[in-house]
Amino acid sequence: MATASTPRSPIESGCPDGLQYVHPVMLKNFGNWDYHVRPRPGVLCHIAKSGDKIWTVRVGTQRILDLFTLRKLCDIGDDFADGHIHFTLRSNLEYMVDKEEKVAPLIEAVEKEGFIVGGTGNSVAMISHTQGWLHCDIPGTDASGVVKSMMDELIDEFKKEEMPNRVHITTSCCQINCGGQGDIAINIQHTKPPKINHDLVSNVCERPSVVARCPVAAIRPAMVNGKASLEVDEKKCICCGACYPPCPPMQINDAEHSKLAIWVGGNHSNARSKPSFQKLVAAGIPNNPPRWPEATAIVKRILKVYKESAREWERINDWIDRIGWARFFEMTNLPFTKFHIDNWRGARKSLNASTHIRF
Amino acid sequence: MVKKYETPMLDQLETGPWPSFITGIRDLADNHKDERIQAVNHSLLGQLEHSYETRKGYWKGGTVSVFGYGGGIIPRFSEVGNQFEASREFHTLRVQPPAGNHYTTGILRQLADSWEKYGSGLITFHGQTGNIMFIGTTTENTQHFFDEVNSYGFDLGGAGPCVRTAMSCVGATRCEQSCANEHKLHLKLVNNFTDDVHRPALPYKFKFKVSGCPNDCQNAIERSDFAVIGTWRDEIKVKQDEVKAFVKEKGRKYVINNVISRCPTNCISLEDDDTLEINNSDCVRCMHCLNVMNKALSPGDDKGVTLLIGGKRTLKIGDLMGTVIVPFLKMESDEDYDRIVEIAEETIDFFAENALEHERTGEMIERIGLINFLEGIGIDVDPNMVSHPRESSYARMDTWDEEAEKWNNRKSETAA
Repeated sequence: MATASTPRSPIESGCPDGLQYVHPVMLKNFGNWDYHVRPRPGVLCHIAKSGDKIWTVRVGTQRILDLFTLRKLCDIGDDFADGHIHFTLRSNLEYMVDKEEKVAPLIEAVEKEGFIVGGTGNSVAMISHTQGWLHCDIPGTDASGVVKSMMDELIDEFKKEEMPNRVHITTSCCQINCGGQGDIAINIQHTKPPKINHDLVSNVCERPSVVARCPVAAIRPAMVNGKASLEVDEKKCICCGACYPPCPPMQINDAEHSKLAIWVGGNHSNARSKPSFQKLVAAGIPNNPPRWPEATAIVKRILKVYKESAREWERINDWIDRIGWARFFEMTNLPFTKFHIDNWRGARKSLNASTHIRF
Repeated sequence: MVKKYETPMLDQLETGPWPSFITGIRDLADNHKDERIQAVNHSLLGQLEHSYETRKGYWKGGTVSVFGYGGGIIPRFSEVGNQFEASREFHTLRVQPPAGNHYTTGILRQLADSWEKYGSGLITFHGQTGNIMFIGTTTENTQHFFDEVNSYGFDLGGAGPCVRTAMSCVGATRCEQSCANEHKLHLKLVNNFTDDVHRPALPYKFKFKVSGCPNDCQNAIERSDFAVIGTWRDEIKVKQDEVKAFVKEKGRKYVINNVISRCPTNCISLEDDDTLEINNSDCVRCMHCLNVMNKALSPGDDKGVTLLIGGKRTLKIGDLMGTVIVPFLKMESDEDYDRIVEIAEETIDFFAENALEHERTGEMIERIGLINFLEGIGIDVDPNMVSHPRESSYARMDTWDEEAEKWNNRKSETAA
């Protein structure tokens, strides 16, 4: 028999202070850094105004860490670094050391255990991604598997700094796009309206909020087989899947018809041009586990052309701004279709109202 | 007896040079000393293989929280739990990382030890919102794990329609471009709303992100409702001897092609003696020249932040960037920090009262117009809020004189 006990009240401490875990050299020089250099790919050296230096070794991992791997990374941090670890936005792990002579043995230890040193400067950075089939409730594909497959193929570009500028790749398992904007984004694109299980709708879904969720007002309440349900105007439906999270009986994921699409030119930085959103370049790509070779092949093709054609410091969006979209499609040998011409709100701003045409 | 599953598709993800998450899960399944952890990881592999074979996901949500909170847990119940029993309940705890994602090996080991007692043994640093994701535990162990990590200083992040876990860049701890105390801003902002993090009661999610400079490494403008970006308003600091050294090393052609001609407002020129001249009043603080010549050029001394409000991803009206709401806010005194927190409070209060259900701040602003939002939070209009003024003449302007007077009054107050 369970014994009654008073539940413990939470301590609402919120976000912990990060400075208690920061390397002492970084803490000492807080806000007083002068410049940095990259002695080799995967390594940063920051020089403080005081003359102090800190070396950072950036490490790519599988992102979902099991206890053994996490402890192995901690062991390396204790034995070869100074016991401090920082994680980047793209889930790379960084070790910081206060002496140059610690760098080479640290890299050796990291690589000996199968981790990858790189991801700095003009590299293809670690792909930022979502949960996918491993944990999400609405995924159209896996995330970790797609990323593992692609990084296996892109690993040399992670370890080098040979791109014109940095390349951030993202993946998303549904069209909500939790993976965010990227120089290249690989996202699910559904191509058929949801299949509705009318027996379940009235028990599972709050129908007005499902109706409200549809971006194109294609959903309306309906009686189906004597049960309160919902129906979709399939001519209006854009197959976005927005109705599926609030109403799982409106199944949008489909083994065959949920495809992958590739978008390029998303750039978060304000450097040179204002931040930009990614643009559609390819779709209809099969969602093909366990290795998604078709998607990887297109990503590699885009990267190859970018690497050969872009000038130094051009991110993918800067490069396409210079060469134009017509040449992008020509050089990448990707088909340009009616689906590339936007028809969403604000679409008019994306049309070319000039004679600015490259021949 | 631990139940095992055939996983021919997942096995293919154990080959290749990049570290494999499948190898990690299998390592726990085969080699962990605790049979509970073995079983849950075998079961997880089984369900994931099933997903790979059928190309469908099999998790559904539900309601799980810890005592006293309404959110912070991502509940996951398996729809195929009869086949994969040991991972039938597989919830994620979203735990707020230390601001800036800094750890020691000691604290990572402590978190790992706690998770070993109560969870699957799988952890992600970090999810896309910025949380440590402790992936996979039962409803009962959710409470035990939280109680333990909460006792040594960790707290849950947000899930659902609430203030979410914040993010900030490495910033002043290591980066020469830092124009703000990102760490302090991060803590001041999100920890002012702890109640709104733990008890989802907003129309939809609300995110804070802090980047120390306009390179915006945290993607704050693109993916946060309240983006704080470090900047400066005096002159770029130029070390002309370092400029000369840079030109000597790289050559004039490189400097012209990669620095001078890339300036978006043409405000930088290379002089005949290989020094740089910058017209700072035309500079938009884009960071490009500072990125290329980071030893020779630095942000100025009169530092502060720009606030942009309303960034978000696709659902429901399409992707939105944040919009400039405050072009420059000095960040020195306690009052400065109080002011930014006050703007955040005004914004969230207005959002809570005026947004529709499941509408983000940016979508609300799109629906009601920026002016209604600005008036709601008590911020004056500023030409830095727009790319250009109105293009359409279809607008009612019969209070023009009063509005012009407000501008003139503000201008003379500033001049005084």
